[in-house]
Amino acid sequence: MTDINATISEQVKSNPVMLFMKGTPDFPQCGFSGQVVQILKYLDLEFSSANVLESDELRQGIKSFSNWPTIPQLYVKGEFVGGADIVREMFQAGELQELLTRNGIKIKAQG
Amino acid sequence: MGVEQSIIQKLNAVFEPEFLELEDISERHRGHAGWREGGESHFRLKIATRHLASKARVAQHRAIMDALKSEFDAGLHALTIEIINPEKVLQPPTGE
Repeated sequence: MTDINATISEQVKSNPVMLFMKGTPDFPQCGFSGQVVQILKYLDLEFSSANVLESDELRQGIKSFSNWPTIPQLYVKGEFVGGADIVREMFQAGELQELLTRNGIKIKAQG
Repeated sequence: MGVEQSIIQKLNAVFEPEFLELEDISERHRGHAGWREGGESHFRLKIATRHLASKARVAQHRAIMDALKSEFDAGLHALTIEIINPEKVLQPPTGE
């Protein structure tokens, strides 16, 4: 457990926008993961992702690392942002864009 | 007791909601990861409760999922959560 925690910790610290998802950004294998990818792609930002379906250790590890039982999970600058519902609500309210900009992440010009 | 009843019972006990609506949407996810015969794997929840009103979004969702930890451990796969402001539920309808 310690190893996977260290790996995840390293991933969320070294990637400004890090998405733990099922499948890949080009081939999401779950509708909820797909929704988050769509939003990130819409905002035209660079993000990294990890496919939890490739590793059962990661799949369980990320749940306990974040204390969050479901996938997807989005991290910005090492901070847990939320799952699909929260990311969608924040995007619709403009809060996600604000959070990203505040953290120095370049997104597509709005409006 | 089914998963649906168990979720409702726990949320009622912990959050004393002003409004609670739970829908089994498993059938829409037939064949997807986590789906199982008989349903009760994917749910959509709408809830209004004073107990969560002062919390931030992540804390609200976490509190709900914490209350349902044994359901998640037992195979509950996805829970779409919509939190409604309890003030909006409590407001009496305004007659014109």
